Amino acid sequence: MSDLLGSLRVEGRVIYALLMREILTRYGRHNIGFLWLFVEPMIFTVGVASIWTLFHAVHGSSLPIVAFAITGYSSVLLWRNMAFRTIGSIEPNRSLLHHRNIKVFDIYLSRLILELVGATASFLVLSLAFGMLTTSVTWPENLLELIAGWFLLAWFGIALAILMGALSEEYEIVDKLFHPAQYLFVPLSGAAFQVDSLPRFAQELVLYLPTVSGLEIVREGFFGSKFHAHYDVGYVVVVNTIMTFLGFVQLHKIAREVAPE
Amino acid sequence: MIQLENISKTYRTRVGIRRVLENVSLTINHGDRIGVLGPNGAGKSTLVRIIAGAEAPSRGQVHRGMTVSWPLGFVGGFQTSLTGYDNLKFISRIYGKAPQDLFSYVSDFSELGHYLHEPVRIYSSGMRARLAFAISMAIDFDCLIIDEVIAVGDKHFQEKSRNELLKRRGRTMVIITHEMHFIYENCNLVYVVRNGNLHRFEDIHEGIRFHENGFY
Repeated sequence: MSDLLGSLRVEGRVIYALLMREILTRYGRHNIGFLWLFVEPMIFTVGVASIWTLFHAVHGSSLPIVAFAITGYSSVLLWRNMAFRTIGSIEPNRSLLHHRNIKVFDIYLSRLILELVGATASFLVLSLAFGMLTTSVTWPENLLELIAGWFLLAWFGIALAILMGALSEEYEIVDKLFHPAQYLFVPLSGAAFQVDSLPRFAQELVLYLPTVSGLEIVREGFFGSKFHAHYDVGYVVVVNTIMTFLGFVQLHKIAREVAPE
Repeated sequence: MIQLENISKTYRTRVGIRRVLENVSLTINHGDRIGVLGPNGAGKSTLVRIIAGAEAPSRGQVHRGMTVSWPLGFVGGFQTSLTGYDNLKFISRIYGKAPQDLFSYVSDFSELGHYLHEPVRIYSSGMRARLAFAISMAIDFDCLIIDEVIAVGDKHFQEKSRNELLKRRGRTMVIITHEMHFIYENCNLVYVVRNGNLHRFEDIHEGIRFHENGFY
């Protein structure tokens, strides 16, 4: 028991140290420092929301466009950036492995926590800010459902990031292919459409992408009565579980083989 | 005590699987000062990384009953865009020490002065090595790993770091070096890594002779 507590304490220390190092390295101490963590994704979301508003983009409904953009783009940031942060992240940090307590997984975990906190905070701050400034964003009708959807998306993101990151250490091609693949994936991910407005056959197809279900749940939690959601929680859980499992198998494999420089 | 039991280590390379260590065992007792010898690429560093727990063996068991340092003076772990002090803080956190407790020692020993608050990027290689050596001394490990870098910084600092090591003669040490006189003066045990095997010598002379005969 005390052994377990001891290793948990060490793990906590290592993650905290890596988090602080990452924050300082990425954002520095100058100007607004670590606030960039939230501001960076916020700028993106605001940009996308403005473009959609300007062009009256067809998202197939009468839902408030800003809230639609905030939920859509925040979710993309959530699952996509995580993988960006893990792919190829071990090679430049191999020297850290000289410290016995730092494991490959710790490097991933610290980065994933940072992305999760950043994307969630920007989603929160944006919703609150637009909620106060405009009438286009209202208080979520079902907060718990929104959180559940967000959780499913985050889980998908974490599983994808661990799998892609661990694969990229063994196969360089993963890094090369992930960039074009995620560009294709973004428009299909559900960010810019709602399932209900698609033709029936397309609805069935897009629901094969776990992010679509996750986002539909988030939006149902947000808009509730104004929104007819389509999702399959069981399917998302199964896909997430399989990806998590495969990710850890591959991670275990590379962790045994990676050597500090 | 540190115990390696039936350790094997293989690496995958372009030309297939390369076996670096084959079913080797060793025991390090508290206070041992072990010299690890062998030709380049024989697997000395691999062995030492497995001892330190920085690398996992492909097969076999490791029991580690003491804290083991990273290679003394190793500079690769620094984040060069951060200051020396930030890097000190990072390493202190990893090992559960309070950075302010280590600061005066590190600042004193490394003689870096106000440079500690500048990014490591602008340090010379000697300055980086001084910082790394000072931090590894400040953490105060049970077992020190010395991999070829006893020659840290300028002559003055080299002398200083050697003296510091002499002061800690009671510590357990694992030393890789090609300077035989250093092994001779400091070690009580020699291991020679050759063709994946480990040869143990309690007689330092004999170990060095075995090692040197391997070249002919």
